[in-house]
Amino acid sequence: MAKHRGRGIASVNYPIGMNLGGDPSQALVHATPTGKFVVTLSSIDLGQGMKSVTRQLAAETLGVPIEDVFVDTADSDTGPHCMGSFASRGTHRAGNAVIAAAKEAKEVLLEVAAEELEVDPKDLELDGRGNVQVKGAPSRAISVRDVAQRAHFKRGKSISGRGMFLVPPSDVDPETGEMNPVTTYAHACMVAEVEVDDETGEVTVLSLKAAYEIGRALNVKLVEQQLVGGAWMGISHALYETPEPYYPDRSHGPTDFNEYLMPGPGDMCPVEIELLERPALDGPYGAKGIGEMCATPPIPAIANAIFDAVGVRITEMPFTPEKILRALDAKAGR
Amino acid sequence: MRIRKELFADERDDDLRLVGRPVRRQDIEGHVTGRSTFFADHPVSGLLHLRCVRSTEHHARIRSIDTTAAERVPGVRRILRWADLPKKAHNILTIFNFGIDDEPALADGKVRYLGEPIVAVLAENPRAAAEAVAKVRVDYDPLPAVFDVEEALKPGAPLVNEYIGRNWFRYWGDYDCQQIRFGDVEAALRSADLVVSGRYQMSPIEHAPLETNGCIVVPAEDGRFTVYTCTQGLFFSLDNTAAQLKIESNRLHFIGGTVGGGFGGKVDTVVEPLAVLAAMLTGRPVRYVFSRAEEMQVSSPRGAERIYIEDGVMRDGRIVARKIIHYHDAGAYSRLSTYGTIKSAAHHPGPYYIPNVWVDSWCVFTNRTPSSAMRGFGVTGGDFALESHMDVVARAIGMDPMEFRIVNAYRDGDMKAHRKLTQGAALIECVQVAAELAGWPLSEEARRASSRVGGGGERARIPPTPQSRTRAPAAAGRGEPLRAGVGEARRGMTPPPSWTGGQPATAPAAAEPGRREPPLRESERREPPSEPPRSGSGHGAIRFSSVFGSRRR
Repeated sequence: MAKHRGRGIASVNYPIGMNLGGDPSQALVHATPTGKFVVTLSSIDLGQGMKSVTRQLAAETLGVPIEDVFVDTADSDTGPHCMGSFASRGTHRAGNAVIAAAKEAKEVLLEVAAEELEVDPKDLELDGRGNVQVKGAPSRAISVRDVAQRAHFKRGKSISGRGMFLVPPSDVDPETGEMNPVTTYAHACMVAEVEVDDETGEVTVLSLKAAYEIGRALNVKLVEQQLVGGAWMGISHALYETPEPYYPDRSHGPTDFNEYLMPGPGDMCPVEIELLERPALDGPYGAKGIGEMCATPPIPAIANAIFDAVGVRITEMPFTPEKILRALDAKAGR
Repeated sequence: MRIRKELFADERDDDLRLVGRPVRRQDIEGHVTGRSTFFADHPVSGLLHLRCVRSTEHHARIRSIDTTAAERVPGVRRILRWADLPKKAHNILTIFNFGIDDEPALADGKVRYLGEPIVAVLAENPRAAAEAVAKVRVDYDPLPAVFDVEEALKPGAPLVNEYIGRNWFRYWGDYDCQQIRFGDVEAALRSADLVVSGRYQMSPIEHAPLETNGCIVVPAEDGRFTVYTCTQGLFFSLDNTAAQLKIESNRLHFIGGTVGGGFGGKVDTVVEPLAVLAAMLTGRPVRYVFSRAEEMQVSSPRGAERIYIEDGVMRDGRIVARKIIHYHDAGAYSRLSTYGTIKSAAHHPGPYYIPNVWVDSWCVFTNRTPSSAMRGFGVTGGDFALESHMDVVARAIGMDPMEFRIVNAYRDGDMKAHRKLTQGAALIECVQVAAELAGWPLSEEARRASSRVGGGGERARIPPTPQSRTRAPAAAGRGEPLRAGVGEARRGMTPPPSWTGGQPATAPAAAEPGRREPPLRESERREPPSEPPRSGSGHGAIRFSSVFGSRRR
């Protein structure tokens, strides 16, 4: 009776967005009379940071400080259509729509500023601190606040923009399955290290080490939050969770968190991650999506590590102590 | 966490001002201090509380429903039944003209899974609602149930869903599953040095969000309804609610956007239609929120998937053929499984260049809680199977599993099995970086490999592909014969029945398209359907323009 260590790997890709297309999102951006910006969406913030990442994209594109932008999500009377927050699509689809809307609003902003400064709008840039200035001559500048004031009360211009991003529908050939299911893929490779107790069948995940290629990390903290949270969910899927523990037998279904097993904080292992950025041609600043892929690779990596540790191949999720002990018995001819 | 900026640096501008920075979240203070507003936090007075009577049977005809005692519970205002539904059956993808309306919001005289809602009680407080629910008496006539996807496909299996008309969903008019056909898999399996097969079973999984599914509906003065909801798709749920209630969509005003965890479990739009209907019929604000038990056992889980893989591999590590049968357990109703099945087919054979690929992806109905989307929908189960199998195959040929993946990884310009060229590949680089992180030695050749080099050319070609349409076992006698899987040197686990062929041509086709269970006698029918279930053959002519663009002719 002993504890055995093993390592397993998994490498995966992930399709970003609704498969097969017909996948639209819209955004509206407008300036207030004092030069603050509101981004209006109907995309949903599930805790993943939808509001924050779109805020960053809008501020980057507009060229204004992040504090001057707020994002309003999910009122069907004000927010334009978005398919929804799923399929790892939010950042990619809504992000592109926000960039398009911000570009349109910025055009008006620069037009008004150009009129005020009596220059060509093409010669203007934003300094990222709340001012519009002449390229190469920062002393010739006007604040965004003043531009908004003039636009509202003097020139009658609406500093606003509409953004739309659509992945058009694609046909499916029923015989061959030829289709255009997705526009871009994220990638990952993970190494899991586990310890398996051959007396109790218990698996302890010692570490997860992974490389994720996500196009562009728009906010590294939000990315880390998803990747570490996803790693936890992957461990949970691999070793603990199911509402039907004897699937396809329908009995013994848990109805609360006493019965539905998930790992606690003490079961979480160190997660070491390195990011790669190969920009997606159609992504917002090259970004792909990380919402879903992060929960996937721990499952096969842990299965493969269990085999490496004790030589049994567990082919049914979750990899419970019962399944591991039965497999060890079968291997030993017991 | 570190970013390896030196990789793909030539494809990127790194001069951005805010993008990339760890800007603090706009909503973080509200979240960590517990002051963020979720749907349940909207103070509404005069609420009615909705609670459903749920099936205690997996599959049964309902002989009678007696609500007399329940109606006498103080505080009970109304009990909704199937007869009250404006639309008698619905599926959330039919608003895009895909799929079949196959699910009644309240039982239509039959229950098809444990926990299916039968009637909905509206009461002044949650306690009265619970008490009334306990006093509703439902008299069942149990029917044989089927729980296993492969059992459900066998001739003679109980028919789960009469609206579908068979225990599997037919794609693009006349295909029993979503196929991928790329190259000649059988020939490649015959010429492979080794054939390795495996069977993998993913379990159902609960989303387990902190905030359970729910909504609060408030009738407004102008004839509209304000719906505070935790849906993941605001307009998706709004449009589906309007369709199900047969009202104009602008009578609904959905407010949400801050959600206590979703993971795919808040897309199905199960609570909103009943709650809005209740508000319409009573003129009162209505609250319908799942209990934790309902969230775990009644709200759709990640569907179980069973995956059979057969790989033909050469001694040098190249996989030359991959054949997959992928069963999705949809449970009793379609929800989004019809779509997830297509997505899973397109995901195979994983991030690898394999010149011969054959996939049958099945959407199968069983007598369990309808499954639906969950984080990694159509991908997670497949990746568990594919990556477990990659390990099995690497060991079978005695190759390092990292090197094995690099040898087979797709590269820019490679043709994928769904016949689109690979661009922006980065699997090789991920494997290299992970190997570095883990101190896993790689050969010089593996370290030098690149996703940008070595793809395309011959690998961009679409190989000659023999036609082969897979038929469900029950339908074997009518179409092409099932193809026998006659590879060489097979080993490993038992292949699925449709690979071994030999189905009797005259198999009793219990689940044959169009066939229905004997109708209920009129006397047993308290609420006869006014819109009869469409027969399975009724959707025979769906044009395959796309999931969301297809239409019935």
